[in-house]
Amino acid sequence: MDWYEFLFVIEVAVGGLLSGVMYSLVAIGFVLIYKTSGVLNFAQGAMVLFAALTFVSLVERGVPFALALVITLLIMGLLGLAIERTVLRPLANRSPMTLFMATLGLAWVIEGGAQLIWGTQVHALDLGISNAPFEIGGIFISNFDLVAAALALALVVVLTSFFRFTRTGLSFRAVADDTFAAIAIGLKLNRIQAAVWTAAGVVALVAGLLWGARLGVQFSLSLVVLKALPVLVLGGFDSVPGAIVAGLIIGASEKLAEVYLGPYVGGGIEGWFAYVVALAVLLIRPQGLFGRKITERF
Amino acid sequence: MSLAVEAPARPLLTGQRLAILALLALAFLGVPAFASPWTIEAILLPFLALSLAGLGLNLLTGYAGQVSLGSAAFMAVGAYAAFNIQLRLGLPLPLTFLFASTTAAAVGVIFGLPSLRLKGFYLAVSTLAAQFFLQWLFNKFGWFSNYSASGVISAPVLGFAGITFDSRESRYLLALTTVTLITIFVHRLVNGPARINLIAVRDNETAAKVIGVPVLRTKLAAFALSSAIIGIAGVLWSFTYLRTIEPEGFNLDRSFQILFIAIIGGLATLRGAFLGAGLIVVFPLLLSRGSAWIFDGGLDAGSVQLTQRIVLGATIVTFLILEPNGLSSILDRVTARVRSLMGRT
Repeated sequence: MDWYEFLFVIEVAVGGLLSGVMYSLVAIGFVLIYKTSGVLNFAQGAMVLFAALTFVSLVERGVPFALALVITLLIMGLLGLAIERTVLRPLANRSPMTLFMATLGLAWVIEGGAQLIWGTQVHALDLGISNAPFEIGGIFISNFDLVAAALALALVVVLTSFFRFTRTGLSFRAVADDTFAAIAIGLKLNRIQAAVWTAAGVVALVAGLLWGARLGVQFSLSLVVLKALPVLVLGGFDSVPGAIVAGLIIGASEKLAEVYLGPYVGGGIEGWFAYVVALAVLLIRPQGLFGRKITERF
Repeated sequence: MSLAVEAPARPLLTGQRLAILALLALAFLGVPAFASPWTIEAILLPFLALSLAGLGLNLLTGYAGQVSLGSAAFMAVGAYAAFNIQLRLGLPLPLTFLFASTTAAAVGVIFGLPSLRLKGFYLAVSTLAAQFFLQWLFNKFGWFSNYSASGVISAPVLGFAGITFDSRESRYLLALTTVTLITIFVHRLVNGPARINLIAVRDNETAAKVIGVPVLRTKLAAFALSSAIIGIAGVLWSFTYLRTIEPEGFNLDRSFQILFIAIIGGLATLRGAFLGAGLIVVFPLLLSRGSAWIFDGGLDAGSVQLTQRIVLGATIVTFLILEPNGLSSILDRVTARVRSLMGRT
């Protein structure tokens, strides 16, 4: 392998790592909800779509950028509260599978509602971040991807400090650790869940804006969940650092496979390759990368 | 230690047995004679195929406790296996069914291997690998669809012993016979000795292992059998109902649909699959009729479709909240009510 080929491999890997951060971004929304409610929230993708669509429609109607951001945030918060009140609370103490099915139904409602209100056409979303690649030591890196990764990391820092240093964050960690003990000492589970769903809505907004700027805001935005699921399996449903590291691994290996393996099988492997990576790693290391040390994944 | 968490199979009451026989007589004799073509094409044929798929998934999820989100992919395996064996070898019908189900079973075992180490949602998500990989495979390699330019192939007419299953009624009877036979087989299986193993694995794996249940073998057998049945459902779906085969028809939405059928119908019940499939097939038809009647062309087709999606999603959520044990337990309550009313008079 000569020098330029080597540089190309690095370039592909770096591009993959950066898009992996985008996967992690979606995955973090799942992790937040899974930790408190024990639900694999399939509606997270619909929430991403709903947030991006609301924001872009507001901007298109002449609402200034910052105001549109605030309004969308408020709407996502209300949506989170509404979900907690109408879906989660009546389904308390049901089996995780029932809750999962409920979030699937919820995903249809949110997707349908978002498109019914704002229309089904594709919207272009310009966040004002230049997409021009720049060069570092012979490697081209997309400026947009770098900014997106930085934003994602900033979000993680904000979330981590929120959970570490605020009262709500402390009760969140208590619920995540041991729900029964948390209720026993008088924490309000409903309120915490509402807060978490709101936080997941905020994550969905950030993910929706970044993915929307990349792909255009349209129905297929809700399919980013399918990219986040293998990341979750690999990193653990209950671990934020796991989601990030797994996102990086899957992003990089997916891009490398696309370039070096794809041509041999006719391409289009990005739909399933991530799942194979996740399964291969779990076969060797069944406890996953992070999360609780258990011999089998529950 | 209670292994039989559910009550063991009730002795078949004569009343229940009579009801089933009457239903079968109606389905075999009454329907072909009196049902309208639309009823058979739009309701009964998809209903039969989806019931069978729901039954197969229920065996895996309801009885053995392993969740799969890749059912549609196994339907596709069955359909493509049947198509290719008919095309290349022209085997007689029973052998075609056998080949389709064996192929689906083999693929099911391969994608069931992660179940030996993963559980719950981890397993559910990893079964998505089957969904995406198999759909990609059938799309990407022209050999499976005999290099058809559009990727959509028309299914050949099935025939056996001088009978061709071409007319609407004959396709219906073929599907009905297949579903009936498989249902009887599954009924005997889940009320036989295998029941203990399946339910032990579902309810407590460690305890099952301790008392000597072959956990790994039971899991893989459940995957194999469930995939085989879902594979046959795929054959019925594409040969008797749609009469075309295309990878897009077996997408993730179809997998979720089958999971809905199993859960809404009632897990670990046989009739649940039929009740759930009935709801999933009939409800959208009712919705589109209803919305056509209410809006009367006042809304464009796109909005009507979105509204239907919202209503269907909301119905599922409402249903899960109101009836945790599925349609099957509603039926139980209704029959109990009827029985007590009849007993009183």
